[in-house]
Amino acid sequence: MNETSLENIKDIPAGEDKPLIHVAPSPHIASTSATTTRMMADVLIALFPIMCMSVYLFKWHAVRQIAVCLGCCMAAEALFAAMRGRRATLADCSAAVTGIILGLSLPASAPWYIGAIASFVAIGIGKVVFGGLGMNIFNPAMVGRAFVMISFANLMGASAYEQPGLGIDAMTGATPLTALKQAGSMVPLNDMFWGLTNGSVGETSALLCLIGGIYLCIRKTACWEIPAGIIISVLVLAGIADLAGPCSGYLVLHHFLGGALLFGAFFIATDPVTSPVTPKGRFVFGVGIGFLVMIIRLFSGYPEGVMFAVLLMNALAPLINRWTIPKTLGED
Amino acid sequence: MAKTIAQEFTKGLWNEIPPFRLVLGLCPTLAVTKSVEGGIGMGIATTFVLLFSNALISILRNIIPPKVRIACYIIVIATFVTVVELLMQAYTYAIFRQLGIFIPLIVVNCILLGRAEAFASKNKLLPSIADGLGMGIGFTLSLASLGAIREIFGYGTFYGMHVFGPSFEPFTFMVEAPGAFVCLGLMLCLMNLAGGK
Repeated sequence: MNETSLENIKDIPAGEDKPLIHVAPSPHIASTSATTTRMMADVLIALFPIMCMSVYLFKWHAVRQIAVCLGCCMAAEALFAAMRGRRATLADCSAAVTGIILGLSLPASAPWYIGAIASFVAIGIGKVVFGGLGMNIFNPAMVGRAFVMISFANLMGASAYEQPGLGIDAMTGATPLTALKQAGSMVPLNDMFWGLTNGSVGETSALLCLIGGIYLCIRKTACWEIPAGIIISVLVLAGIADLAGPCSGYLVLHHFLGGALLFGAFFIATDPVTSPVTPKGRFVFGVGIGFLVMIIRLFSGYPEGVMFAVLLMNALAPLINRWTIPKTLGED
Repeated sequence: MAKTIAQEFTKGLWNEIPPFRLVLGLCPTLAVTKSVEGGIGMGIATTFVLLFSNALISILRNIIPPKVRIACYIIVIATFVTVVELLMQAYTYAIFRQLGIFIPLIVVNCILLGRAEAFASKNKLLPSIADGLGMGIGFTLSLASLGAIREIFGYGTFYGMHVFGPSFEPFTFMVEAPGAFVCLGLMLCLMNLAGGK
């Protein structure tokens, strides 16, 4: 949005004189660095270590998931842009970011067509039908993932993660949250911190998600209020669950480091299009996601709930915006 | 601008096809189209009610007092819905079980009240019959096509026959409730594209 006024200046043909007074809608002083392309490039930089870790852990299965989703999202973006008679919008990297986040959120064992179907649904139904980038209500990558999750429950659910036959060490056991849900056993915290556990391709390493996320917050590509809200509410609710159960403090950290929580908090929930715009609203949004994640983890049939929590709160984002309109100067 | 009876009949098949052009009767369109069979069963039941309610309301159009006309239309429609419900229970029990509560709910289908109010109450018997039949067949075709798409992708079958090999992974999403909304939305989009709107 900030580009508009600058682009208007650029649009004046070189031959004509610049008008004495340039008339353009606000904001009049805009940061030249706050463009979609720069933000998306930042996200790609922050995701790079996570991608390296996923390739180290899941070998070519991770490469396949990321490559298929990346390729199909770009292809879908180009195709749908052409159908709508728009110039292709691949250069802003938003489709690439959707593709990589989607690829990182899939289990390593999922066949290639799951990534392809999820990508086309993500871009087509998640984004283009609402009018393209900046218009979508729901996070496109999560729309795609929810579609394949509901469609192919046996290839996407908890059992898909446990594949000893693939010859990958991490995939011989259940994911930490499935182990907790089904057997009540907990995985060593060290492994979850460094990322040596089973899980979706990109979610395993809590450390790398934190590093990438903090980089995004420092660069102001992601706002800090959403991850802060998510983490605080998860810690509080996990604390209550811990007091009710083992009372050792271990469960709190297990919920904090396990599953897609940190990946989702920093990379998925912070999508600027589908989250509220006011700082207070963003915090409320984050608290809501954390609350829903813990409700799903503790009381539903699913071991993990980041995807559904983000989608549900996306639907509430416009309402949160209305609740948290800041007072204008001079208003009572 | 008097239309011929044939025109009254054919308008329901494309130009004013109920779910896609008039966007009426969406509740059954979303609810019973998990399979072609359900779609066709619902369509035929609705066509039957639409045909007879249109005919009767057209005959009674000068007797029904305008102030209580909606109540009168509903009584006429409810009568025929009860008839069709008992008939289906007697002769096509499998489909009756499959459609369940949605057969009595034909009473509140907007197409029936819509055609009674907009057409049958103002036109003679024959055009009303043609209108009801055309709308009903258009509705049946819409439900059957939506049901076919959802059944083929959601179960990998068409009218119960397998259309793909055993390696096909069905898109369970398509036969869930959100699949109905997405599918209907995409079909509306295609119809608008085809209609040049």
